[in-house]
Amino acid sequence: MKKEKLTIIIAGCIIGVIASLLVLFGNPTNMGYCIACFLRDTAGALGLHRAEAVQYIRPEIIGLVLGSFILASVKKEFLPRGGSSPLTRFVLGFFVMIGCLMFLGCPFRMILRLAGGDLNAVFGFLGFFVGILAGIFFLNKGYSLKRTYKMPVVEGGLFAGIQVAFLVLLIAAPSFIFFTAADGGPGAKHAAIAISLIAGLIVGALAQRTRLCMVGGIRDAVLFREWKLLLGFLAILISALVCNVILTAATPGVYFKLGFAEQAIAHTDGLWNFLGMVLAGFGCVLLGGCPLRQLVLAGEGNADSAITVIGMMIGAAFAHNFGLASSGNGPTFNGKVAVIIGIVVVAMIASLNTFRRSEK
Amino acid sequence: MKLLDARGLSCPEPVIMIRKAMASKENAYQIIVDNPTSRENVTRYAEHQGYHVTYTEKEGEYTLSINK
Repeated sequence: MKKEKLTIIIAGCIIGVIASLLVLFGNPTNMGYCIACFLRDTAGALGLHRAEAVQYIRPEIIGLVLGSFILASVKKEFLPRGGSSPLTRFVLGFFVMIGCLMFLGCPFRMILRLAGGDLNAVFGFLGFFVGILAGIFFLNKGYSLKRTYKMPVVEGGLFAGIQVAFLVLLIAAPSFIFFTAADGGPGAKHAAIAISLIAGLIVGALAQRTRLCMVGGIRDAVLFREWKLLLGFLAILISALVCNVILTAATPGVYFKLGFAEQAIAHTDGLWNFLGMVLAGFGCVLLGGCPLRQLVLAGEGNADSAITVIGMMIGAAFAHNFGLASSGNGPTFNGKVAVIIGIVVVAMIASLNTFRRSEK
Repeated sequence: MKLLDARGLSCPEPVIMIRKAMASKENAYQIIVDNPTSRENVTRYAEHQGYHVTYTEKEGEYTLSINK
């Protein structure tokens, strides 16, 4: 089992370096990867929301799903499955996105923000930890979304097919796809398509192989005293941090800036950074994995995870259509209301799937 | 020997099942899972608890034999 730990540490180090380099190649600061932000950008490019600053079909997402799909197929781990409370998962995915867009990042970007010296992410991390503890409480009491069932190959492979369609739309760039204008916001900041796609493929394959999950790391450490996944989490943090410091010293750009104020695509409202990630952490434990893990599972043929990702995209669309997403200026009133509603809904889903088992 | 059916369940549920079962401190358990991640996670957990684990695979389902 030692080999397993070494593998995830090496994978984490590679992922951290790639994340840091993606910023060098053009991605927004501290956003080599952000599954929430990238799904939001893709939703915007498809016109599901019209926030002009955040519209771009992110090739990293396409690569993550396809990287997982390809490696799982090669390893005979492509398993078309589904039927484990899909609508519940859709709703959980929706509210995980609302929480992430309050904080301005998924758990993956939370690590990358820490690696970039953004101390606001410390509040996010604390909230994330509390949210995970809440989820663990219900897991220990018997929470379950019930079992999955075998599905036809088409059902398992369709999500990967959709990613190929997104890639075609990105490259063909027809007029009905929205792209943020140059200098128009984070959506305009991106590495070249080929670089982003390859970076996605590599990380998708590594995450499939190692079962890397930001939520799983803390969850398994608390639940089982099992540290494997947490080592991956820490490896990403340390390697991205070291890479950011080196890039800051070696290039004209700033990739590491310690402090709270004036961090890129972040706000300084500690309470709402905390509560946003309480919601994200809680929801992700109930889903069985962080947004990155959902993409990887969707690539492996899990239709429930695919539905979760679609829930997240719709959540992102709502977040921008109804002014729920935070910006560098801070959270919005509507966003605060949505996060509170989200925590209540997620707690109800947790309770109803824990304490109502008599029908079995 | 206690037999547990964790087919269709994804992690961490199979590991929680085996952990709860192990509270009775029996010498042998069998658990059926249907995905490699669950197989790895249950194996790792059981080995940490001092058990020896072997498995057989049949049509994508893994039967894990867990013994002291």
